[in-house]
Amino acid sequence: MSEKKTIRLIVTRQDRPDSAPYEEEFEIPYRPNMNVISALMEIRRNPVNAKGEKTTPVTWDMNCLEEVCGACSMVINGKPRQSCTALIDKLEQPIRLEPMRTFPVVRDLQVDRSRMFDSLKKVKAWIPIDGTYDLGPGPRMPERKRQWAYELSKCMTCGVCLEACPNVNSKSNFIGPAPLSQVRLFNAHPTGAMHKAERLEAIMGDGGLANCGNSQNCVQSCPKGIPLTTSIAALNREATIQMFRNFFGSDEV
Amino acid sequence: MAGNREFFYRRLHSLLGVIPVGIFLTQHLVVNYFATRGPEAFNRAASFMVNLPFRYFLEIFIIFLPLLFHAIYGLYIAFTAQNNVSRYGYFRNWMFMLQRLTGVITLIFVTWHVWETRVRAALGVEVNYDMMANIVDNPFMLGFYIVGIVSTVFHFANGLWSFCVSWGLTVTPRSQQIFTYVTMAIFVALSIVGIRAILAFA
Repeated sequence: MSEKKTIRLIVTRQDRPDSAPYEEEFEIPYRPNMNVISALMEIRRNPVNAKGEKTTPVTWDMNCLEEVCGACSMVINGKPRQSCTALIDKLEQPIRLEPMRTFPVVRDLQVDRSRMFDSLKKVKAWIPIDGTYDLGPGPRMPERKRQWAYELSKCMTCGVCLEACPNVNSKSNFIGPAPLSQVRLFNAHPTGAMHKAERLEAIMGDGGLANCGNSQNCVQSCPKGIPLTTSIAALNREATIQMFRNFFGSDEV
Repeated sequence: MAGNREFFYRRLHSLLGVIPVGIFLTQHLVVNYFATRGPEAFNRAASFMVNLPFRYFLEIFIIFLPLLFHAIYGLYIAFTAQNNVSRYGYFRNWMFMLQRLTGVITLIFVTWHVWETRVRAALGVEVNYDMMANIVDNPFMLGFYIVGIVSTVFHFANGLWSFCVSWGLTVTPRSQQIFTYVTMAIFVALSIVGIRAILAFA
């Protein structure tokens, strides 16, 4: 057997939503093929810090463990990403784990992403199909367009784009790139397009589309490779047309 | 829609930066370029501009009011950003930060420049070649003017790029890339025009 290898982690911790953050270092035994989550699980199993003192286990969020739910996002070595796909073998040590501070910190690495779900409600990121009578089957979507829309539908509301955006912060009420791109997705759907104007009006409101400053950090950071800045530019074009429709009048209500 | 003016203000800010402020800037730099043909050529061009009909109307509605709105709202935009180039050192993020930085530098420079030339002209001083030659006789002021001109031209050229995105003209990454080259070429070209003109006074 080879000698004992260890992993060093520096975790930014916070005991309560309103308490001051502090750093705590951990040294845990190495196993092959570990990810950040299995390292955190190791700390949970044996909550002892690098100084050998007993401490509380680190809190974090997780769910799917295969990068489709977005819950386990955190800032790993300076970049926001999912901890499930952050492999220990590919990370420089000591591994620094911080919460995504753009969101309110609940405890340690766990944040409250409610604002993103509120934004999805605000922009009506769904397709209304319920009625008082049977609406029948919806129109078909061309396969090429379905494939195109599938890319936009990969968004898992993980919050990485909001964390990377310089215009999403406590000084502004910008809803961020993710919910904007969802407007493009649902407006592209044949049935969803019936509520196109409503969604555009929503993102033409305060904290909406116009707050984008084109730093394009979102598209660089998105773990799903969603063309967020293309979505924003496409929506800018739609909003320009909608603006003229609203002012000069149009039968396309 | 009441009390929901942000979209309108942002779009107005973007539009005014190009029309009329950007167009005025280009025209101003071109007229200044007459200085490279000697003091007489510059004085003739300057007096042509000064004696334009409806001068005060043009000044107020083409220059001062749009500039004032663009400057004040732009300052608000600049200070609501939380720059993070150290963590995300991507090209566009640098341009995002530089756009805000040059905006603030340009505001300081233009305020000083308006005070030194237009306000003094209103107080009875004649705007001519000698006035500028006296200003840039001081090497510190020459440096200040060069920094001011380059920063203003950068802010205009890069602003033209974001104007194209903000109005939905350039949607694809490819078109945005090409427009980066186009607007940076405009930055270089107008910088040469501006710097050669100011050096003609020195």
